[in-house]
Amino acid sequence: MEILLQLVFSGIALGMIYAVIAFGYQLTFATSGTLNFGQGEALMLGALVGLSLVGNIHGGPYLNYWLMIPVVIVFGGLQGAVVEWIGVRPALKIKSEFGWIMSTIALAIIFKNVAENIWGKDDLTFPSPLSSTPFQVFGANVQLMQVVVVVGALAMMLAVEIFNRKSIYGKAVVATSNDRDAAGLMGINTSMVITFSYALSSATAAFAGVLVAPLTLTGATMGAALGLKAFAVAIIGGLTSGMGAVVGGLILGIAETLTGFYISTGYKEVPGLLLLLLVLAIKPAGLFGKTAIKKV
Amino acid sequence: MNIVSKACAAAALVSWSLAAGAAEPIKIGVTGPFTGGSAPMGVSMRDGVKLAVADINAKGGVLGRQLQLVERDDEAKNERGVQVAQELINKEKVVGTVGFINTGVALASQRFYQDAKIPVMNNVATGSIITKQFVAPEQKDNYVFRTSANDTIQSAMIVDEAVVRQKHTKVAILADSTNYGQLGREDLERALAAKGIKPVAVEKYNLKDVDMTAQLLKAKQGGAQVVLTYGIGPELAQIANGMEKLNWKVPLIGSWTLSMGNFIDNAGKNGEGARMPQTFIQDPNTAKRKAFIEAYQKTYKVDRIPSPVSAAQGYDSVYLLAAAIKQAGSTDGVKVREALENLNGTVEGVVTTYAKPYTHDDHEAIKPGMVMIGEVKNGRVVLAK
Repeated sequence: MEILLQLVFSGIALGMIYAVIAFGYQLTFATSGTLNFGQGEALMLGALVGLSLVGNIHGGPYLNYWLMIPVVIVFGGLQGAVVEWIGVRPALKIKSEFGWIMSTIALAIIFKNVAENIWGKDDLTFPSPLSSTPFQVFGANVQLMQVVVVVGALAMMLAVEIFNRKSIYGKAVVATSNDRDAAGLMGINTSMVITFSYALSSATAAFAGVLVAPLTLTGATMGAALGLKAFAVAIIGGLTSGMGAVVGGLILGIAETLTGFYISTGYKEVPGLLLLLLVLAIKPAGLFGKTAIKKV
Repeated sequence: MNIVSKACAAAALVSWSLAAGAAEPIKIGVTGPFTGGSAPMGVSMRDGVKLAVADINAKGGVLGRQLQLVERDDEAKNERGVQVAQELINKEKVVGTVGFINTGVALASQRFYQDAKIPVMNNVATGSIITKQFVAPEQKDNYVFRTSANDTIQSAMIVDEAVVRQKHTKVAILADSTNYGQLGREDLERALAAKGIKPVAVEKYNLKDVDMTAQLLKAKQGGAQVVLTYGIGPELAQIANGMEKLNWKVPLIGSWTLSMGNFIDNAGKNGEGARMPQTFIQDPNTAKRKAFIEAYQKTYKVDRIPSPVSAAQGYDSVYLLAAAIKQAGSTDGVKVREALENLNGTVEGVVTTYAKPYTHDDHEAIKPGMVMIGEVKNGRVVLAK
């Protein structure tokens, strides 16, 4: 029982990381129907910028961990806006179906190379702001930082949801996601909304980056694997549902740790991907997604 | 034109071509990962090799010619290593190559050297089968040599440390899914079987895995008193850090890669006390080692060599190759191989002083007695007490 609990806890901590990144995919998909395939790289840049601020690699530390978070979120926002401006807007303008796929992937590779040149190609240690000695919950060991990851991820998603539902700007975002053309006719600056959604999406990824960095290693290649798995989560949960991201992330995270223990660590990624195939075959919009009818 | 002037012209021509021959450097290939998770080993190896070449060139080179290095990054990828091997052999026309950090890359690439009859010195890769890939009766001669401690030696030492010296009876093995990790795991299991021990858990993980919970829990469930590892720095650090996450602390004993800088730095206090076989420890206890360490620190402006073992073995591999070229009096691959297998006199290296390191059938320069057990202490590797 303790073992199961331990595996579930680790799975939740892992799954929430996937969920936050998957949530970022959804934000841009909702408003513009496009995805930022550099989401993993946004996470990586966030973590590395955070490391420069709190670590001693660039003459720091300049800030403590908690004060660094808002700075990294702002940085992530700017980075996302740049991606939208360079990679997505031109494609949307000419109504290109697939241009944004290539351009966001290209930007992701560029970001990775830039990071390799600034921070080097080695993995670096991110100083943990909290004691890493675990405490016991029903016999299973949990680190304080793992709790922070789960709480932080949920809080971030909740904040974005509340913003969308309550504030006037959020309503503009929702309106744009419901019908971009109609929203435009109602006087909403939809291209501004799309830029904003990209900024928000990269900001959540950057935030996720500084959350997970103390638990893993930080380096230019940390984003690729996480970004890909989060994409699978977004598909499983559905690209239009915030709830879907959370549930999908938890399913994938827990499936990985359980399979690793009970079946074989060699197969730990298989069940999640089988689920992905199953979802695509039976309910292509995802577990929680709304089925979109494409009128031709 | 009379006979005298003809003779003069001929003599001038001969001496001119001789002079050209003397000026032309001897090209030596260097292949290793200079980027990615194995980079500390690759870069240290390359830097050690460069130091040796600088030393030899300062003393007039070999056969009156300077040594010239052709460095290529194989990125620890098998397919890239194959490309590098072909480029070094066919385009650069190297006399010999030193390098190979990763067992998989070595196994995939060295057949090109074997076919071209060009000696290749494995100076870091440790897979037991590396030097046995081309042996009699299928192949008459073997062009693969080594200056590192192979996995058979290392796994025996790891098991000896865990089972005999520390008297553990329940052991778990964690190895990565690369050729290196899996071949090493087989060697470890064999060495354990020789002591009549069956591991309580044998687990594997992929490079870049961030969560080792499942693997460590299985080891913990099995009641393991010690974890034996075969992997490289970053993931080894994840293992050490993962143990802390589970509030489970048992000794970590593993292959020599536990001395890598990226393990020591990323594991921090969780890596303290980890033990591993070492051919070289950054400790200036002989004149040659002192000179080597100081030269390394001065040239590359570092205090701690990222991977001292790789640097030392890289340095020695060049000296052995140069000694063979000198003895052969030629850069012909066959003659250099024969010279390597019958080296006269001794070659003073950093790891040890080599006296007849190779024979026709034994291409391992490092013998069991030359390896010691190191321990991570205060962020450095020291001789284990």
